[in-house]
Amino acid sequence: MTAFFQNAIDAIALGSLFALTALGIGLIFGVMRLINFAHGDFIMIGGYSLIVPSSAMTATLFIGAWPTPFLVATICLIIIVLAVASERLAFRPLRDAQPSVLLITSFALSFFFEHLVIMIYGGRPKALNLWGGLIEPVMVAGVRIPALQIITIGVTVTLLLLLVLFLRYTPMGVAIRAASEDFRMARLLGVRANRVIAVAFAISGFLAAVVSLLLVAQTGVLSFHMGIPLVLFAFVATVVGGMGSLVGAVLGGFVVGVSSVVFQTVLPIDLRPNRDVFVYGMVLLILLFRPSGLVKVKSIEEKV
Amino acid sequence: MSLLRRFWTPIALSAALFAIVVAVWASGDGILARTVTDGLIRIVLVVGLYIFIGNSGVLSFGHIAFMLVGAYGTGWLTLSVFKKSFVLQLPDILANYQYPVFPSAIAASLLAAAVAFIVGVPIMRLSGIAASIATLAVLGMFKTFYTNWDSWTMGAATMPGLPLYVDMWVALSWVVFTLFIAFVYQQSRFGLALRASREDEFAARAAGINISHQRLIAFVLSAFFVGLGGVLHGHFLGVIAVKNFWLGITFISLAMLIVGGQRSLTGAVVGVVVISTVVELLLKIEQGFTVGALEISAPPGIQEIGIAIVMLIILIFRPAGIMAGREVPSPFGRRRGAPPVKKI
Repeated sequence: MTAFFQNAIDAIALGSLFALTALGIGLIFGVMRLINFAHGDFIMIGGYSLIVPSSAMTATLFIGAWPTPFLVATICLIIIVLAVASERLAFRPLRDAQPSVLLITSFALSFFFEHLVIMIYGGRPKALNLWGGLIEPVMVAGVRIPALQIITIGVTVTLLLLLVLFLRYTPMGVAIRAASEDFRMARLLGVRANRVIAVAFAISGFLAAVVSLLLVAQTGVLSFHMGIPLVLFAFVATVVGGMGSLVGAVLGGFVVGVSSVVFQTVLPIDLRPNRDVFVYGMVLLILLFRPSGLVKVKSIEEKV
Repeated sequence: MSLLRRFWTPIALSAALFAIVVAVWASGDGILARTVTDGLIRIVLVVGLYIFIGNSGVLSFGHIAFMLVGAYGTGWLTLSVFKKSFVLQLPDILANYQYPVFPSAIAASLLAAAVAFIVGVPIMRLSGIAASIATLAVLGMFKTFYTNWDSWTMGAATMPGLPLYVDMWVALSWVVFTLFIAFVYQQSRFGLALRASREDEFAARAAGINISHQRLIAFVLSAFFVGLGGVLHGHFLGVIAVKNFWLGITFISLAMLIVGGQRSLTGAVVGVVVISTVVELLLKIEQGFTVGALEISAPPGIQEIGIAIVMLIILIFRPAGIMAGREVPSPFGRRRGAPPVKKI
């Protein structure tokens, strides 16, 4: 029973990270039909911003050594600026291009960021101790749970609630939802395209920053490809959830996260290295039976 | 003459590539010859991608999985019996014989096509973007599986010892074959039906086109050539490793296609030539060169960053790619068939 409970917490914590990442990707997909591959690099750069820029083997904390509120605020700010700037410089000139071109652009942007980081920080992974105390387990109802996992879940729930409130009750939130429904119609009704897209990128960057802090605190490792597995699973999660639906993105994130932990525990030992085969296979199965994902969105289907 | 007119696009492209190969061969520069061979293999790969992506308008991130299947397939067939007995546990029919390279290339590419058929049946039912991401899941599956399939693939280790027979001329012959098949396909009724569905899914469906069937045909055909690209890659380098069939090559080959212009065969070829040339130039700059007494060199890593910037710039100024859906201009006047379609 305790083992089950611990696994469940593991699963939900991992699912939370996937859900936040998928949400960041889903938000942008909703407003501009862009699958932003560079989202993983926002997460990665969030991690690297914590340390002194140098290619030395060991990481020296820079922003990472600041008091927590400043640290969180600064990292969020950096990534938000980065996300908005990449929209302005790379994606805005291509707003009317085909989704495939946008995607390759985000691929190129990701490539650019990755190699920029390698140039500045070196290609080797670096160990980093951020909020080391949080790995210590706390006892909850007789089960030892790392405090960090509770924080991860708590942060995710809070952010999801805030986002729901924002999207539902603020004028900007309503504009974003309208733009996701039908961008052209929203513009005709006076929604400002540039502003909506910029805000969507800002929120997406903010989510990426949060994920990067949680991820670095959990793994304690920085590497230039640390965002990639997360982003790949988040892509898959957005499709499983239903492209264009934010609820779907969150749901898909949890489905993928929980199923990875489940496969990790139930597969026989010699099959465990192949866990991802089963996770991706399950995704294909879900798509086979529900081609439009778990949450179906009308506006994605082109109108005749 | 009518044949020349009919097959002008692949003939012109083949002739241009032939001219490049002859020039390089005449120069006797061995290093350049290897670079050109690598570029020709990339053309097989990117034209393979084009057969599906270009004609259907659906992106695929998973085709490198077929390259992986093709490369290991030819490895199982063509490694010497001694090497196979040493490192792999294969069934007798593979373990006890070393097969000739040409039938092996065909067999390995057919294996890739067969794999594409199996995964394609469910995936081709999905709508555009969902299908793209599902192909990414396929690549993830194969990469993980091959990395852990120690008895057949040596796991994460490099598989050495593939016979080295791919030089410029071999690569060029396969390129010509690929170009002709790709062209014949895109002019066939299957290709035209698929291209119609790319332009307007609903109109195509209303005209009686079964889109998922058409996509599946293109998917399998394109997997054959991407698999062939993997075969040539293996016999060019002599070694294969699962980790090389992952996002890096996915990115660069898709980028070549999109930068060249995904909507035409010429675009696919031009994309490879342009990007390969830019990469080569940047590599030269990175290694440093001298202009008179001045020694110029750039910091390492400039090549990757430079290629990303060049690509961003090309895409910003020519969102439909360099060729923007056009084929090689024909000296016979405009071919029958659709002019480049503008976006509505």
